[in-house]
Amino acid sequence: MERTVSDRVFFHRLKINTRTRVMVFLCLAAVYLLGIFFWGLFMPERAFEVNYTDKLLPPGAGHLFGTDFMGRDMLLRSVKGLSVSMVIAFLAAGVGSVIALAAGVAAAVLGGRVDGFVNWCVDLCMGIPHLVLLILISFMLGRGERGVTAAVALTHWPELTRVVRSEVLGVRSSQYVLAAYKMGKSRLSVAWNHVIPHVLPVYVTGVILLFPHAIMHEASITFLGFGLPADKPAIGVILSESMKYIASGNWWLALFPGIMLLTAIMLFDAIGENLKKLWNPDNGNE
Amino acid sequence: MGHNRGEDKKKEPVLTVEELSVSFSMYRRGLKKENLEVLHKLSLSVQAGEILAVAGSSGSGKSILAHAILGILPGNACMEGRMLYQGKFFDAKEKAKLRGKEIAFIPQSVDYLDPLMRIGKQVTGIRGTRERQRELFRKYGLDEDAEKKYPYELSGGMARRVLIASALMNEAQLIVADEPTPGLDLGMAREALKDFRELADQGCAVLLITHDLDLAVRVADRVAVFYAGTVVETAPSGDFLAGRDALRHPYSKALWDALPQHEFKPVSGTQPYAGSLPEGCLFQDRCAQRSGLCGGYIPMRSLRGGEVRCIHAK
Amino acid sequence: MERLKYLGKTAFRMTALLIAVSILSFLLLEASPIDPLTACIGTDSTLSDRAKAEISSHWGLDQPPVKRFAAWAGNFIRGDWGESITYKKPVKTVIGERLKYSFALMSAAWLFSGVLGYLSGIIAAVKKGRLLDRMIKGFCLTLQSAPTFWIGLLFLSLFAVRLGWFPIGLAAPMGKAAEDVTLSDRIYHMILPAFTLSVVGIGKVTLYTRQKFIEILNEEFMLYARARGESTVQMILRHGIRNTLMPAVTVQFASFSELFGGIALAETVFSYPGIGSALTAAGLGGDVPLLLGIAICSAVFVFAGNLTANLLYIVVDPRQAVWGRHF
Repeated sequence: MERTVSDRVFFHRLKINTRTRVMVFLCLAAVYLLGIFFWGLFMPERAFEVNYTDKLLPPGAGHLFGTDFMGRDMLLRSVKGLSVSMVIAFLAAGVGSVIALAAGVAAAVLGGRVDGFVNWCVDLCMGIPHLVLLILISFMLGRGERGVTAAVALTHWPELTRVVRSEVLGVRSSQYVLAAYKMGKSRLSVAWNHVIPHVLPVYVTGVILLFPHAIMHEASITFLGFGLPADKPAIGVILSESMKYIASGNWWLALFPGIMLLTAIMLFDAIGENLKKLWNPDNGNE
Repeated sequence: MGHNRGEDKKKEPVLTVEELSVSFSMYRRGLKKENLEVLHKLSLSVQAGEILAVAGSSGSGKSILAHAILGILPGNACMEGRMLYQGKFFDAKEKAKLRGKEIAFIPQSVDYLDPLMRIGKQVTGIRGTRERQRELFRKYGLDEDAEKKYPYELSGGMARRVLIASALMNEAQLIVADEPTPGLDLGMAREALKDFRELADQGCAVLLITHDLDLAVRVADRVAVFYAGTVVETAPSGDFLAGRDALRHPYSKALWDALPQHEFKPVSGTQPYAGSLPEGCLFQDRCAQRSGLCGGYIPMRSLRGGEVRCIHAK
Repeated sequence: MERLKYLGKTAFRMTALLIAVSILSFLLLEASPIDPLTACIGTDSTLSDRAKAEISSHWGLDQPPVKRFAAWAGNFIRGDWGESITYKKPVKTVIGERLKYSFALMSAAWLFSGVLGYLSGIIAAVKKGRLLDRMIKGFCLTLQSAPTFWIGLLFLSLFAVRLGWFPIGLAAPMGKAAEDVTLSDRIYHMILPAFTLSVVGIGKVTLYTRQKFIEILNEEFMLYARARGESTVQMILRHGIRNTLMPAVTVQFASFSELFGGIALAETVFSYPGIGSALTAAGLGGDVPLLLGIAICSAVFVFAGNLTANLLYIVVDPRQAVWGRHF
């Protein structure tokens, strides 16, 4: 409260050393996430094979995250599971972002009826609770891997569409674009030189910010039983299995895989937010 | 009668500001903490029954002066110098006790009112009474309906009267008005200034902060010329009417020249930015009389019934 | 007048949307690989062919999809929502029974997260930049990223299993006859799920309130209030709450969608017999009538929240009359 006037009068700029700090953070986060992703991707199934002599071991030196009811190592299963979730999230975010880009640009550029229709579709998708929509789509496709991927891909575009639309609209009505048209630049040249460079960063951060949601939703519906099949080492499956053993005090089955999931989600989120700050320092909410 | 009371108290000003400096600490480029001085060794005083106008161009930090007097500067502000109220040292604690009671603030526009609170409640404030509010509304020609209105429903003239009524809710001895006239047309501005004159005649000390020198000269008893965060000259209003030779500081003279009814000649150059001020006289870069001595400390001194911060002034 | 027109327009637009949502839900389920007749009566049905034919014509199963939707919508409006396969009861009865549980759960969580979130948002805003603010902010960001069901699992293993403070699941003690279940039993069983569910929304309200409050604290009218002698507490009580409470409540109403999603997860973790666990069961059991019924209920629920949020904006802020549309 004491900072009333100063905040308004003297603009807070992104400091140079903050910039380096952000860069270092981005690199570390990316290394961690990519590390998990590739480790899991290339991990053979036998890395966490069944071993009944070691079943339900609490976390310790041999098994950092403990073992489950079949004696499988929970750390390795979690890594593999997270990596599987990431693949689905990448796929889903890819599809979702293409839909969002197409719909958002079409709405902004074509305007009129198209704009109305796109907005209406966005409202429509937001009219059903996200989870219910996920379940319906997954159900339609007969559940399983295909169902969850499609569900996650088809339900994450609305918010990004809104962002893209308002960005494109903003650029199109900005002074420099209007000036460029006045100077006789072609639509293509304006799009290439002004619109794309302006919208791209927003779009990319938007896509990155889609990942955490996609991962979380994949895990959620897998947990409920609509997503990946029970024999897949997905985080949702792991946590769903852990439910049966929690009552007997095997807390580690839920805690560590969940923390890994949470960390991944938060890191993706932080990467997106920091990129936003890096590209557009004036727009930070602090 | 009001005037007489003013005469009696002439010996002891209601408010004295001595060598007041205000700076803001802020971060710029990296971790370097910078102190940005916005007010520099500013001195003035205002007496009961008197209107002192502080006139200077927009954006030169005049509002900060008002905020400093009321003790409502933001947390990263640092104050140096001395303030006296009724002869007593006037520190943050005193300010907190007296603002809204003996010291009233009149802001520039309706934006300073809570948009979601009805006018009546807002004017009453935390220390007023309903009766007093009704009395003031009658006095300023605000009807009963106005009480129930929200700020956005007020016209410019009503807003002004509402803000003045708020200031008078309690026994105000000192009124600080920050740009109370912009946005009002000339007729309404005159009307507003008449209200201020009336307040002063009732024995209040009025500190009127404005960018409009012309209006200031017409209504105030004395005018303090504000330049780059300090007061370069305080002169009786009559001196501005008498002509440029009656004024003391080269900047005041230049301002006089710039008035539309005179030569309408703009002052050449620009005011220095708060971060890059020259040592010594702040006006030296634009001054024709500049000499080597202008880089040293320039005290405020009395001269011909006014005060000036210039070594060359005669 | 202007206000009324806007109100009517909003209501109309939202109702149209609700109808579209029903059509969308219907189409999605229609497209599922399950045979429509099986979807109505289940796989292990022992009905005679005659009965099957009757059901078929009642729901228009032998007709093209458009007619089928018309038949379904007609029945739906008349109150015939079909028969749930999983629970062997009319869908309406199932939803009615379960809604009672879920409603209690959701209201408790909604109120709790709203009140606590609003208060901590104010505290964070007032202490902006200090340790307390950073803690509240960090906590909220973490909660926003944490999957609801995982939080539920942690609560379950800590408070129910390890500490034994709360029951492990269900809405009433196991083995107790329904008529013997007391109100305190119900509340006791509701605490953990409600707590889990409130975690879903609390981050959003807190961060929103914080942001809004910081904005308000920077407003000129706050400076003026201070100049008129108000203390920080008085400023918060007189102006801060007045200017932020309704926006926060609005946000809370607009978050019904997340709340409904959260309930499916929270109820599954705690085997709480509400509408959320019925949704899961319906989906897993191929219970199309129930799934459709719940989907529409959820849409109505979201619709009600959004409509309330919209109306609140118009009714509460006196400036609406001048400002016109807010969104």
